[in-house]
Amino acid sequence: MTMKASSRQVNGVTVIDLSGRITLGEGSVVLRDTIRDAVAAGNKKILLNLGDVTYIDSSGIGELVSGFTSVRNQGGELKLLNLTKKVHDLLQITKLYTVFDVKDDEATAIASFK
Amino acid sequence: MTVQRVSYTLESSLDSVNKAEEEATKIATRSGFDEDEVGRISMAVREATVNAVLHGNHYDTSKRVSLSFENTGNELIITVQDQGPGLDPTGVADPLAPENLLKQSGRGIFLIRAFMDDVQFRNLEPGTEIKLIKRVHATTSDHKEASQ
Repeated sequence: MTMKASSRQVNGVTVIDLSGRITLGEGSVVLRDTIRDAVAAGNKKILLNLGDVTYIDSSGIGELVSGFTSVRNQGGELKLLNLTKKVHDLLQITKLYTVFDVKDDEATAIASFK
Repeated sequence: MTVQRVSYTLESSLDSVNKAEEEATKIATRSGFDEDEVGRISMAVREATVNAVLHGNHYDTSKRVSLSFENTGNELIITVQDQGPGLDPTGVADPLAPENLLKQSGRGIFLIRAFMDDVQFRNLEPGTEIKLIKRVHATTSDHKEASQ
């Protein structure tokens, strides 16, 4: 299953709904391009909804980190929403769970942006 | 349980990475591992094959990746070989170190080690072999062995 991404605006926050696999190749590229396009359009509050992401490899983790740092370097915030158990475990193992601001409720996540 | 072994020769491409992961999922499942363990094994195999294709063979279409699965009854042993310049695993930076935590790459070997019981590297001169070993737990050792 390839990765799909769609964006919507909720109270000034760009919510990017992702589904499928974020892996080396197409999945990582789609994620990279989607975040880049959102930032280029002036959106600095980005919420990645990973609820339908079925799989992520080290390349996908790298893209999440890269997106996080690039948004932060532009003065924005990137947060994660609805981690599956697999993705949650991967972020724990790689010590990234405490780096990312992770939410499990969209309304709470939206309200948490400054 | 008799030893079951199956091997593949793969091109240096992303398709090979996906095939290696798919085969690992099938064989680990047939070896009796539970769903979580199958996921860990298949990810370790995926990461090892990515290293072979990307960092070992550099997508060189003239070079191949050798992949084998062996079920000894006590262990599932997976071997991935590339034809690249060789890898020094001691030279790989710790991705958990604070200065590396936000780096984009460098987590593949760490994840392989986290998900497998034992990981061994061998320099093939030229090329690198990585051997991934997962012990079959007592509760799963009586399951049907790999049929290939």
